[in-house]
Amino acid sequence: MNLGIKEHMRECEYSQISTSSSTPMESPHKKRTLKRRWEVFPGRNKFYCNGRIMMARQTGVFYLTLVLIVVTSGLFFAFDCPFLASTLTPAIPVIGGVLFFFVMGTLLRTSFSDPGVLPRATDDEAADLERQIDTVNGTSTGYRPPPRTKEIIINGQTVKLKYCFTCRIFRPPRASHCSLCDNCVERFDHHCPWVGNCVGKRNYRFFYMFILSLSFLTIFIFSFVLTHVVLRSHSAGFLTALKDSPASVLEVVVCFFSVWSIVGLSGFHTYLIGSNQTTNEDIKGSWSSKRGKENYNPYSHGNIFTNCCAALCGPFPPSLIDRRGFVVPDMVQPTPPTNGVTMYGATQSQSHMCDQDQCIQSTKFVLQAAATPLLQSEPVAIVDESSLPGRTLTGSPRASLPLGQPTPPTSSPNLTCESELLGHEAPETYPHLLTPEEAPSPPGMLPCGSPVGHGHNVPFYNPANQDSLHEDSIRGLVKLSSV
Amino acid sequence: MAETHSLQDLRQQATIASKVFIQRDYSSGTICKFQTKFPAELETRIDKQQFEETIQTLNNLYAEAEKLGGKSYLEGCLACLTAYTIFLCMETHYEKVLKKIAKYIQEQNEKVYAPLGLLLTDPIERGLRVVEITIFEDRSLGSR
Repeated sequence: MNLGIKEHMRECEYSQISTSSSTPMESPHKKRTLKRRWEVFPGRNKFYCNGRIMMARQTGVFYLTLVLIVVTSGLFFAFDCPFLASTLTPAIPVIGGVLFFFVMGTLLRTSFSDPGVLPRATDDEAADLERQIDTVNGTSTGYRPPPRTKEIIINGQTVKLKYCFTCRIFRPPRASHCSLCDNCVERFDHHCPWVGNCVGKRNYRFFYMFILSLSFLTIFIFSFVLTHVVLRSHSAGFLTALKDSPASVLEVVVCFFSVWSIVGLSGFHTYLIGSNQTTNEDIKGSWSSKRGKENYNPYSHGNIFTNCCAALCGPFPPSLIDRRGFVVPDMVQPTPPTNGVTMYGATQSQSHMCDQDQCIQSTKFVLQAAATPLLQSEPVAIVDESSLPGRTLTGSPRASLPLGQPTPPTSSPNLTCESELLGHEAPETYPHLLTPEEAPSPPGMLPCGSPVGHGHNVPFYNPANQDSLHEDSIRGLVKLSSV
Repeated sequence: MAETHSLQDLRQQATIASKVFIQRDYSSGTICKFQTKFPAELETRIDKQQFEETIQTLNNLYAEAEKLGGKSYLEGCLACLTAYTIFLCMETHYEKVLKKIAKYIQEQNEKVYAPLGLLLTDPIERGLRVVEITIFEDRSLGSR
């Protein structure tokens, strides 16, 4: 690890030297500096195919699932199907094949989709919430117990919304924070290691169709393997039959042990869908009548049929995290004298490039840049800067505004930022983070960016959620005016 | 051209006075709906009716996107039959409406909000959690 860091530092230096010696090149560097959102995604997820595929960080069990399904079906198609097709009907391999592809399709869709992750709040939004909490409390005295819940009424049922200290939002109803992926997920069902992803609003239907079709496939394989063995033993005796197709034994064993849990699970989820509940709610007994006569599920559409249709065939919600969107908008670049600013950013980033994630990421960029030495100048600097946790907040948006301001190496803002970081880990310290007077004013928040980098123990805390006010508004304005 | 002019003004200035966040209204479930309550911060800037109309239109559009009915069921069943692989190459009804919403917001910004020194942010950029309204410092009023 140490070695990696050193190596990275060296690369950083290298890139910095080259930065200072060359002039910015406008058009080509644009592409290079842009970072996609998934690269700065704050949750613990893995991304593949340039952000198209999203999974949880631990995927070992998912590969086990994959291997089990593929191997079992493969053995079935290789050793049982030829016999069954010739003695019974060729429809068996056809149906088996269709089922198999359906299972694989739904499994991959479940594992690779965004389960419905809620993006973390931007600084402004979080500040606004803090202010609201403050006004609700109505106290200006020192001790403020944070009532981090909000009660709302949904279809006549009171529901408590909890504040999420990581995402800095009041979790919408039915959303829950997945501790493994470190994201708030909408209509959170559960985190399923077998599919290597959370199961939530956006992939629940895939998940359900997966377990449903998998239970069919398992039953299908199980019964036809038994048929195969029985038919063979009729003609040649049981032991010879086993000897003739040893794979069948393995299949029967795998199917026998998995069929119960899979069928049970699909039965359970059928019940959940019928009553429009999530596993989470069912386990907690949120809407159970045991909690009181008046307790009912406010999300249910009233009848089983509508609930099923809504869950399985309802409108498919969009992904909210825009994984493949770009973090740094192009319009921030055009300002000519960005040199000084970005340079400063680059040197800054070097000093605290100690986090492994950042190292890997920016190393990647450095390497990419090295492949095209000519264009390497500015881009690297900016990229390095943007791999700083606080980067989007400070550097880029301000770059288009007066120079010099963006990275004041102050000491006082350190406090704010430090407390923010602490707040992330220890919620008790949170309240003094955002005093009302600093909350609304962007400049007050600005210095946060650079000191954040000094928080050595903070890994990858606030990358995405920091793409804040200036940047966005400027982007919005430019978008508008370009029409 | 007047709008463009003021937009450019805004952009050059880019001094943000404050931001207002319109929160979600969950009273009728988890469908996407925003509160139509008029925020006090906007009182000096925009007509209440105008504001409510914008939010209401947005709510109607989201309701259209999330409507349960024959059309969405058909789409869902079709997708299910193809093991949901069709979503890889087909735009969902929801996405179409989102585009409509983006267009509507842009239009509203150009026609109504930008000349008043305000800017709406498309809720999809904020995770459909809030409608963010940026208030820019108004030179003519000199308010802050």
